[in-house]
Order: sequence, then structure tokens, then C-alpha cells
Amino acid sequence: MSEFLQHLINMLVLGGTYALLGIGLTLIFGIMNVVNFTHGVLYTFGAYIMFIVVHQLGFNFFLALPLAVVAGWLLGAAIELVLLRPLRGSDIDTTMLVMIGAWIAMQSGILWIWGGVAKAIATPFPDAPLVLGPVSVSWLRLFVLGAAALLIVATYLLINRTKLGCAMRATFQDQDTASLMGVNVDLIYTSTFAIGSSLAAAAGALLGPVYVVFPQMGDLAAVKAFAIVILGGLGNITGAVIGGFILALAEELGAGYVSSGYRDAMGFLIIIAVLIFKPTGLFARAERVG
Amino acid sequence: MKAAVAIVTVVVFASVPLWLRDPYLMNALITTGIFIVGAMSLNLLLGFTGQLSLGHIAFFGIGAYVSALTSLGFDAGLPFGFRIVHDPWPPVAGLGLAIVIAGLCGYFVGLLSFRVRGAYFVIVTISFAEVVRLVALNWVELTQGPLALTNIPSITIGLPGVGDLVLRTKLQNYYLVLAVAVAAYILISRLVHSHFGRAMRGLMENESLAVSVGIDVTKTLTLAAVISAAIAGAAGSLYAHYIRIIDPEVFAFINTVTMVIMVITGGKGSLAGPVVGGMIFGLLPVLLRPIMAPEAQWIAYGGVLIVILFVLPRGIVPSLAQRFARRRSRAKTVTPGVFSERDAEEHA
Repeated sequence: MSEFLQHLINMLVLGGTYALLGIGLTLIFGIMNVVNFTHGVLYTFGAYIMFIVVHQLGFNFFLALPLAVVAGWLLGAAIELVLLRPLRGSDIDTTMLVMIGAWIAMQSGILWIWGGVAKAIATPFPDAPLVLGPVSVSWLRLFVLGAAALLIVATYLLINRTKLGCAMRATFQDQDTASLMGVNVDLIYTSTFAIGSSLAAAAGALLGPVYVVFPQMGDLAAVKAFAIVILGGLGNITGAVIGGFILALAEELGAGYVSSGYRDAMGFLIIIAVLIFKPTGLFARAERVG
Repeated sequence: MKAAVAIVTVVVFASVPLWLRDPYLMNALITTGIFIVGAMSLNLLLGFTGQLSLGHIAFFGIGAYVSALTSLGFDAGLPFGFRIVHDPWPPVAGLGLAIVIAGLCGYFVGLLSFRVRGAYFVIVTISFAEVVRLVALNWVELTQGPLALTNIPSITIGLPGVGDLVLRTKLQNYYLVLAVAVAAYILISRLVHSHFGRAMRGLMENESLAVSVGIDVTKTLTLAAVISAAIAGAAGSLYAHYIRIIDPEVFAFINTVTMVIMVITGGKGSLAGPVVGGMIFGLLPVLLRPIMAPEAQWIAYGGVLIVILFVLPRGIVPSLAQRFARRRSRAKTVTPGVFSERDAEEHA
């Protein structure tokens, strides 16, 4: 029983960051209809910004996190302006392949600049975990959970309570009508991609210190994000949050009770199973097949 | 005209070992040839049915593992205390089994994944490839996991009167790969120009219209997936018996991307496209090696993919063919029609 409780605690911590990844991707996927293969690189990028700011510039750990979010925002906006804006209106396969090209180039760039050796990020938290009866959780992981929760709430408020969020939702529902109502669709696209990218960078910056930082860390993160988006339904933020926690639970239980080697297979199996048995996602009303 | 070009191309490729003695370049040509066969099989799906499968390397890797395990033999445990024990068979049997099993996998994957389209299809195919990679990595008893399968025997051909011929040298493997590539090209060409090929292209252009004139979508797409997977399995088998060592890295996503780049650069939906694109991207690393670090080469790969999609979105061969056709059309008028543009591509 205590083992199960421990898995639940781990699930909460992982699920928070997975939800961040999923929200970022579901926004881009839902509003722009772009399969964003650079999402994983943005995750890696956030983790490396964390590493640079803490270790190479010597700044405070807590200052590094907002800097990573801003850097992810800027890189995302740049990708949208340079690569996606000229491709507006071309078919989804072309944009997908361009994003794959950008992903390969950026990931190799990170490998070229910082090398393939995994790096650890030092944190100001004590090593001794917080023990709560039968379970224990490190202070760092608690901080990650808290920060992720804060960012999720902030994004939710941004989408549902601000004028920008209202314009984004309008664009998601009907781009042409939104445009007729005076929504600047170009601006919405750039903001959406930048916000999604900054959330991926935030997830990387949060999980970077928990694990280690290396150039290919984003590949699995990207697939997990796809799994979450498919699980939660296209463009559905609440679905992405729930999907993030479901994926984390499946991974924890899979690693704990089946085999730790297949932990990372859970995301893929979920994708395959959902698309076969319930292709509209668990929480979506929108039509997806065809 | 078209047949003449094909024959000259084959003769030129067949004459390469006569004047090229550098073993490094020969090796690059053989692996490039194997990947071109893989790219041709991908083109059957991507170029003629319009389905972007990004899990194609799974069939290549399944072919490689099936062929290697068949010729090496194995003894692996199954759940509930069962064991399967297999004695080594000749490598040619491995090649045959690789084709059959990869084709079967293509059938089941096709049956499941063609229920969705577009981005969802792409993601299902990627997931399939990753699950297969994780199985190859974790089922250590069967696949040796990251320790790799080593000492895979070379392909042996029994010739009447001569006895067994072991294809061990680069020269022999070069001609083997060339023969398989030509066979795959002819097979795909026949297929594309058949009734079935027209059904595939009809589906790509307008699925609802194709259905309304009585084309069975699932059957057509699944058959294309089976043939495509079987050819990829054959390429994987050649790879395993030539390199003679395989590990789960064969399933790396970057290998699928390499095939996709070959098809897109050369021109999807053009029979010669994967060959042209494959030669460019197979030999580009050889040319870049002296002047660039491997990481920089990958940056160049990604950059070239983006530039090609912006500049030549239809690929090299169709763009050239269109220019050629336009020049000819000044002399004689071409009847305009729905398929006229695509026909120009097809003659490439």
C-alpha cells in the first residue's frame, strides 16, 4: 500500500510537468493545425537555459526559471515568424516536414554547442527528502509541482479571462469569422506558438534539475506531449491537464508493476489504444477522423 | 525514351565497381542502395497514396531482426513458461521470412492506423516504431538488447554445379543490392501503372470521390502498406546480412527521417525520385565528412530539408519533368485534363 502511495506522489510531480507540455502542444495543434515537432527541442532548450543561467552565468536558481520561460517564448516566436508564417495555407504534411527539419537542425545545434555529455543542475534545496508517514518526496520535486501548478493556472486564466485568450479561442473555433470580427489572426498565431513554446521550455527547465540535461532529452518529451494531446482531445486544455496526469499514472504503475524498461512505452501504447478505440480523445466533442 | 534512360542508368550503376576501387566509397554506395530500396517502399505510401508514414523504419528494422534471428537461431522464453527454440536456417530463408513477416506487420499496422488520417496517422506510425524499438531494447533474451546481435552470416546463394556462393565481399553485396533495387523498382512501377495504382492515386486526390466510384479504401491502402512494408523488410534483411551486426538503434527515428528526406528531395510520387534523392543524401555525408563535424552535418540535413520544401516543394524529379514537358508542349499541344500534371510526373 505504501508503495502505491509513493507511486501516486510521483505521479503528481510528473503529471504537473506533463500537463505543461501537453497544454503547450494542444494550443499549437488546436489553433494553428501544426504538428509541432520542435516542441521537444523547446523542452531541451528550456533545460539548457536553466543550466547556462545557473552554472555558466552564476545567477540564482529561482531567477533562471522565468528566464527560461522568456527564452522559450522568444525562440517560439522566431520559429513562427521565420518558418511557419511563409507556409500558411500549405498542406499539413509540408509544415510537418519543415518542423522536422527545424527539430533536427536545432537539436544538432544544441549537441554541437554543448556536447553530448549529460549535465546536472545544482539546486538550492536540501538533499534530505520530506517524509510524510510511509511516503517521501524531495523538496525539489515539491517545488516542481508547485511551479507547474502555478503555470497551469496562469495559462488557464490567460486563455479564459483575457482579451488575448478570447481572441485565441475565437480563432480556434473559426478563423475566418474571428478575422472578420477584427481579430489579428497573424498576431494570434505568433502568440499561440510563443506561449506553447514557453510552456515547453518551462517544463524542461523544471524537469532538467530533477533528471539530467542532454541534447536528446526532448525526443521522448515530445512523444509524451503528443500522447497527452491525443488523450485529452485536440485543443482541449482541461483534457491536456487530465491527460498529463493519466500518462504519469500509467508510467508510474507500468514502471512499478510491469517492468521499468517499458516505462517509456506507456505513452506510445496509450496513443495507439486511444486512436484505435476512441479516436476523438477521451474528452473531446470535436470530429477528428477523416 | 523512358526505357532507354532506365537501361542506361542500370548499366552505369553496374559498371561502377569496374572503375571505383575505394572500399569506403563502395561501402557508402551499398548502404545508400539499401536505404534507396527503403525510400522506394516509403514512396509507394507517401507518394502514391498520400499517407505520410513516419514509422517506416519499423518494417526495415523488423526485416533486419527477423532475418538475423532466423539465420542465427535463438532460444527465448515466453510468458507462462513456454519457450521457443529455433535452430539456425540459411540466410536466404531469413530474407524470405523477413519479407513475409514485415509484410504481415504492414497488414496489421495498416488495418489499425488507416482508421485515422493526417496528423493522427503520422503519430500512430511513429508510436508503432517506438514500441518496436523498445521491445527490441528490452527483450534481451531474444534480441540481446543493446548488446546487439553479432556475427550475422552473409547471404549464401546455392548455384547449381558451382556449390554455395557466400556473398561476403563488397563487390558481391553491391550487385546483390543493385539487383534487389532493380527488382523493387520494376515491382513498384508495375504496381503503380496497374488498376490498383490508379485506385491509389484516386484516393490520394479525392478520397470521397474515389469511394463514390467504388474504390475500396481500406483494401487499397492496406495492400499498399503490405507491399511497402515487405519491400522495406527486404531492405532491412540486406542491411543485417551486409553490416552483420544490428542493435535497437536501427529503429532510430532519424533513419525514418533520412528516408523521408530522400523521397521528398527526389520527388514524392515519382518513381525515379527516391533514387535521385537517395543518391544525393546517401552520398552527401561522404562529401561533407572531410569539411564538417557530424553534428554540423545534421544541422545541414535539417537546413536542406527546410530549404527544399520552400524552394522545390514537389521535389527535384517532378520539377525537372515539368520543365521538360513544358518545353515539349510548345511543339505539340497537350490535351489539358485533371491528371495531366501528374502524368508529367509519372513519366519521370
